[in-house]
Amino acid sequence: MRVVILGCGRVGSTLAAVLTREGHHVSVIDRDQSAFDKAAQRLGPSFTQETVRGIGIDEDVLRQAGIEEADAFVSVTSGDNTNIVAAQIAQQRFHVPQVLARVYDPIRAEAYREAGVKTICTTAISTGLFHDLVLGRQLRGIQDYLDTTRSQPDAQEKAG
Amino acid sequence: MYVIVVGGGKVGYYLTRTLLSEGHEVTLVEKEQGRVSRLTPEFGENVVLGDGCEVRVMEDAGMNRADCVVAVTGHDEDNIVVCQMAQRHFGVPREIARVNNPENEAIFHLLGIRETVASTRIIYSLIDQEVGTGESLLLAALKRGKIVIVKLDLTADSPAAGRMVKDIYLPGECVLAAILRDDHILLPSGTTQLQSGDTVIAVAEPESQHVLRDALVGAKPSRAG
Repeated sequence: MRVVILGCGRVGSTLAAVLTREGHHVSVIDRDQSAFDKAAQRLGPSFTQETVRGIGIDEDVLRQAGIEEADAFVSVTSGDNTNIVAAQIAQQRFHVPQVLARVYDPIRAEAYREAGVKTICTTAISTGLFHDLVLGRQLRGIQDYLDTTRSQPDAQEKAG
Repeated sequence: MYVIVVGGGKVGYYLTRTLLSEGHEVTLVEKEQGRVSRLTPEFGENVVLGDGCEVRVMEDAGMNRADCVVAVTGHDEDNIVVCQMAQRHFGVPREIARVNNPENEAIFHLLGIRETVASTRIIYSLIDQEVGTGESLLLAALKRGKIVIVKLDLTADSPAAGRMVKDIYLPGECVLAAILRDDHILLPSGTTQLQSGDTVIAVAEPESQHVLRDALVGAKPSRAG
């Protein structure tokens, strides 16, 4: 599988390393060379096959990273809007079959999920997990945490 | 009209000032405290501190009843998201976005933002017009600089003088709209013969202006000569 990852922070670089270890072809984009250096320090220099320096919403940068041949595109920069816009470009401009974007803001994550962008809201997931753990509840499936309309615990009580 | 302006830099400041002076209701949303402090003495309650991409901030600014949202931050992705959220989440009838990097303009349109202002490209085409096209004069720029209306004066030396319109090679992206001859307006057809002294009004895409000028009034003499 060919995967393009935008954003070489902890999540982006670790995901790259995992996929690379599994034999997938990964390229990572970041605007900052130091992000690649840090990732190489943490994960070893072969955490990815390819690094591309540039802005993630720039079509030339995406092309250089191989988005035209990509099976999947993952947008995990620290900026919600960058992730949202890059994911839409990957979907609508380059027709990448699997496109995912991390969005911290739960409301924006849901708004764009409804509009057809697969958003992963790590804020909703972590909050939900902590909430259930604090109250000693049984943990639920990830999808339950992502769906903020169902994350109200009372609406969530299941039999057994 | 109720307008929400997102981004309190130079463009946002002057836009807000102009809209207010014309009697419109305006809210300017800016996320940096320092800028808000500088803007508040002039605009008072019309300035709001907050991230214009946050739904809560948008709600508080009255996005539900806005007639128009103008996103003029320095970041193209923020401007895109502001407009998309205004469109989809709040049903605002009209969104206008500033394009910072002219190469991103196509992305704005791809992502459903129809009205964009790319100041860099507009300024460039105006300069190009001044420097590059001698005898053709820009009368108007429409569709944010993507279509221009130009005026060309024919002289006896012009290659088009004495020729019929159908015999003049014109690029596909331009139309001769009218010929002004002795205080009369002629609507050009293929068999209209152009004359020395005619003024031709043409509508064209900026890129074809040079070819249009060369075909009608001839290439501009080189400045070095």
